[in-house]
Amino acid sequence: MATTAHVPVVEVNDVSKRFIIRKEKSLKERLVNAGRSKQFKEDFWALKNVSLEIESGSTIGLIGPNGSGKSTLLKTIGGIIQPTSGTVRRRGRLAALLELGAGFHQDLTGRENVYLNASILGLSRKQTDLYFDDIVEFSGIRDFIDTQVKFYSSGMYVRLAFAVAVHVDPDLLLVDEVLAVGDEAFQRKCLDKIRSFQREGRTIVLVTHSLGQITEFCDRAVLLNRGEVLFDGVPHEAVRDFREVLEGRRQEEAEAHNATHEEQIPVNNGRILATTVQPVGGAVGDPIQPGDDIQVQVTFDHPTGIDDWIAAIQIDNVQGVPVYGTSSLRVGLHLPTLRSPQTVEFIIRDAPFGTGKYFINSTLMSNEKVHLADVPQAVSFDVPYYDLAVGIVHAAPEIRAFGA
Amino acid sequence: MADVLESPADRSARLLSEPWQTAGGATSGVTGTVASVREIWAQRRLLGLLTARELKSRYKDSAGGFLWSLAKPLTQLFIYYLVIGQFLGAARNIENFAVYIFAGLTIYTLFSEIVGAGTGSIIANAGLVKKVYLPREIFPLAAVGSALFNFAVQLVILIVAAIVIGTLTLSVNLFFGLGALVLILIWGLAIALLLAALNVYLRDIQYLVEVVLLLLMWASPILYSWQQAAQILPQWLLEVYVNSPITLAVLGFQEAFWSEASNGVPLPHLALRMLIAGAIGLLALFGAQRVFSRLQGDFAQEL
Repeated sequence: MATTAHVPVVEVNDVSKRFIIRKEKSLKERLVNAGRSKQFKEDFWALKNVSLEIESGSTIGLIGPNGSGKSTLLKTIGGIIQPTSGTVRRRGRLAALLELGAGFHQDLTGRENVYLNASILGLSRKQTDLYFDDIVEFSGIRDFIDTQVKFYSSGMYVRLAFAVAVHVDPDLLLVDEVLAVGDEAFQRKCLDKIRSFQREGRTIVLVTHSLGQITEFCDRAVLLNRGEVLFDGVPHEAVRDFREVLEGRRQEEAEAHNATHEEQIPVNNGRILATTVQPVGGAVGDPIQPGDDIQVQVTFDHPTGIDDWIAAIQIDNVQGVPVYGTSSLRVGLHLPTLRSPQTVEFIIRDAPFGTGKYFINSTLMSNEKVHLADVPQAVSFDVPYYDLAVGIVHAAPEIRAFGA
Repeated sequence: MADVLESPADRSARLLSEPWQTAGGATSGVTGTVASVREIWAQRRLLGLLTARELKSRYKDSAGGFLWSLAKPLTQLFIYYLVIGQFLGAARNIENFAVYIFAGLTIYTLFSEIVGAGTGSIIANAGLVKKVYLPREIFPLAAVGSALFNFAVQLVILIVAAIVIGTLTLSVNLFFGLGALVLILIWGLAIALLLAALNVYLRDIQYLVEVVLLLLMWASPILYSWQQAAQILPQWLLEVYVNSPITLAVLGFQEAFWSEASNGVPLPHLALRMLIAGAIGLLALFGAQRVFSRLQGDFAQEL
């Protein structure tokens, strides 16, 4: 989004948020435990010294594993949660899509709920009158608009709620995982709406688990982990770091699991030493032309030795969408016992990848397909620009016109 | 949105000139209260819609509709009139006993509905509180709004009854009714705000409130006269009793709709007492709003 000047619309300044987790709630429990209340309290820092500045017209994705504080950060920006320390300042009109239909009342009709919800989101009655037809049109449930919403299907409910939300005229839109609703056609409509918001120079802060959406829509991504900002910058780099965080967590969990199950063979100790990619007959770092054979070499190691194992690779595009994957198991190759570093070569024949950058993830698995080692985005390759077509598949187009 | 489309550059320029505001907006002291009141005023239309929602949804699928809101007070009136008035003989000492009870019941029901519904209002709207930022005082206020509607219906019946029975006289005494209403609104809102906020942290409060409201009805001269209480209560307790805002409001209502034609004995200095109770009530309301505003920062995570 090209903005002429740097106009910050949100300033998050050294914000921390502490949650106190109490383990009892009723009067009796509190009285009984009054003296020992410390025992029944637990501090949890959902945000730790987070500072951010968001510029007008930008679209920012907040990503992070579950419990990393991204929703909390979004709610602090929205003013729904007060920070324990630090300040949040913002300007312009705000609309928060934290949960669709939060203000819907089951016993009211669709029409009444549209007015109520629009008012909650800050639209005046006159404006609502003005947009009412648009809203109904967008939701696509005109026939049911005078029915009580409790008779709506969950899809209809969400469609109406989203329709209201996108018709308020916000400068700053906060979105929390609500884009994955409705059927595909409606989802497309929602995403188109987000795009037109971007064109109109509105600022969007998005929390999502869909990494594809992050790389597709955002011009900046903030990666949070355990309440701290790990990375703030280009989306696809944030996505890469995020994968590493997830991988780190998985390994920690696996180790913790192993620690508590001593009797089992410690499985999670394979290693991937190196991954390289090059076109067959070319050199490392050469671009891959469509139709080239791709040679991927992965070097594995296992300190205690493993008899039955599987070598696998997966290729993702920059949006994080897996486009190709194969393994030694699939081709029926039985690999010799892994005791010292061993290199496995994958040749992908006649690979028709479309223009763009691709990442290779290499994986070592046991014969039960337990992942012993993963290196996400171990190496990448580029497919040069092809001016006749776009997309992840390369194929030469021929176009003819029939008739006069 | 075609008519309000502004270019991205215009939007940036406009935003640059807009002042910063602190998200959530909890400030302290008198300025905080002023800011809160201004914020609520800006949302008055939403307040109206929320009140309408409360009312509409309550009787949405019933054929009788809002008439049902009258069922309870009229039944109460009937039972109290019959059992306490006739069987137990309270009506012998109090002329026009039916109007007497209904005047007291009407104003007390208002108080009881404001406090009862207000206390549960934040929890009942948990979905909104957690997901959207609104000045949260709006929810107890919406409870006040819907209680006022029911009150208005009962008031119409009371006025009609008072005219029919002949206890209504057009005089300055009617101002006592207005004073009583204001007094109940101030105190009811103050208590509702405080309890609504506390109830988020301690859910026992809403159950406690039900019991206390039941008790308070008997702690004000609705079904008996204040002189009867005066004969039995020790002096210090009597002072507490007659100066409680609920007693004063009940007496004020009886003064307006019943007293003059029924040889009622007015409490000395009723107007002055009501003024003082109102002034203290305003302070209490200010304090309650401060507490509410302090506590509301953590509502979203406690619900």
